[in-house]
Amino acid sequence: MQYLKNVATLKMDPKLCTGCGMCLKVCPHAVFALRNKKSVIVSKDSCMECGACAKNCAFHALSVRSGVGCAAGIMYAALAGKDPKKEACC
Amino acid sequence: MTGKTGKKGDTGCAVKDCCGRTKIEKHTPLAVLGAVETKSGDIPVVAAKLAFRDILGSFRMRWGIGRYGYSIEPGIYALGRPDPSAPVFVTANYKMSFDRLRKELHGLDCFILVLDTGGINVWCAAGKGTFGTEELIERIKAVGLKKIVRHSQVILPQLGAPGVAAHIVSKKTGFKIIYGPVRAKDIPLFIRNGFKAGEKMRRVDFPFKDRIVLTPMELVAAYKIILGVLIFLCLVELITAGPVSSKIFTELLPYLGAIAVGAVLAPALLPWLPGRSFAFKGWTAGIIYAVIIGYLFSPGPGTFTAWLFILPAMVSFITLNFTGCSTYTSLSGVLREMRYALPALIFSALAGIIIKFVFNGY
Repeated sequence: MQYLKNVATLKMDPKLCTGCGMCLKVCPHAVFALRNKKSVIVSKDSCMECGACAKNCAFHALSVRSGVGCAAGIMYAALAGKDPKKEACC
Repeated sequence: MTGKTGKKGDTGCAVKDCCGRTKIEKHTPLAVLGAVETKSGDIPVVAAKLAFRDILGSFRMRWGIGRYGYSIEPGIYALGRPDPSAPVFVTANYKMSFDRLRKELHGLDCFILVLDTGGINVWCAAGKGTFGTEELIERIKAVGLKKIVRHSQVILPQLGAPGVAAHIVSKKTGFKIIYGPVRAKDIPLFIRNGFKAGEKMRRVDFPFKDRIVLTPMELVAAYKIILGVLIFLCLVELITAGPVSSKIFTELLPYLGAIAVGAVLAPALLPWLPGRSFAFKGWTAGIIYAVIIGYLFSPGPGTFTAWLFILPAMVSFITLNFTGCSTYTSLSGVLREMRYALPALIFSALAGIIIKFVFNGY
């Protein structure tokens, strides 16, 4: 299943990619594929911004504004005066 | 039971209840079958097979009863009779995570390293950072893992990855992280394949079975809305018609139905409802429901109009909240749909409330 289109903040710098394949291993939604010994984003709209890929890229080729896609968490954060892009509810 | 946590003071976990108050919940004790002697001390052996109380505990969790504080003591545990060559699996100290892992490792001699995630499951804790690089490094050192096993590998659930930078853990501890499959039940095959995971083992979908199992919790969480609706209906009665009679409970029924539609039906039918936005899917289900309810109950035009404005807004709001349970919604996506959906459904609900006040009885 896919969520909204064209919202994901996932970015990759191919110059820094060494083709180690870690992002393919940790991504739960098959966003990446190995092409010509480098990783390529093939399904950006499948990205849920969990941050696993960026976290596990030792070469800093990936960046994403990661967070929890939870409406309740965002609302609680806003009501509590916190940054809704940072706080989860649980 | 004193587990081998390696840290003092691990008697319970500090949890916040849904109002943000912190309290210390005691860890749930585990039945210990014996101990394995290692160079780092004795490690408690626990059963791989779950007892009835474990299964009951998981069932309770699905209904949100005592959901915060269902934890075990972090540290290292053993299954079977592991020796220094046995694999090490890592999990969170949410008891359901631990139970779901160990039951799939039945027959295996291995160690389980339990991280302190405050009693939160692996994927959520990873998102928060508590199933994280620092905690994993600390825990490996605290239990003296280097002295327990001869090899230098730890197997992590793939969904721990959002919180763990594998290369940093490796550098700081000397232990290499192997990301195992998403689901514990794939671990036996994963091991037979030489610690390699197939594509399917690394994917997370959101099939019907996974959606439906979340709905009891959604239903229970919606009780606050029922209270609000009951107060609202009583106010309408008092202000427009005089005393409140027991027929208020009949009036409540369409609203209870809306909650069931939003909390259970919409999640169940999620892929078949139109659009990608959860709020929109919910609104569509709500409109269809309101029309059906209007046809069945045949209220006056005033009440029916109020229903057309209030009920879809309720369903939409509850379905929007299902984003938090889903396995594929992004933060950016939820922010975007909230920007449009929240004002729309608040406006709709207010319009319906005003109509109900003005036209009650018509």
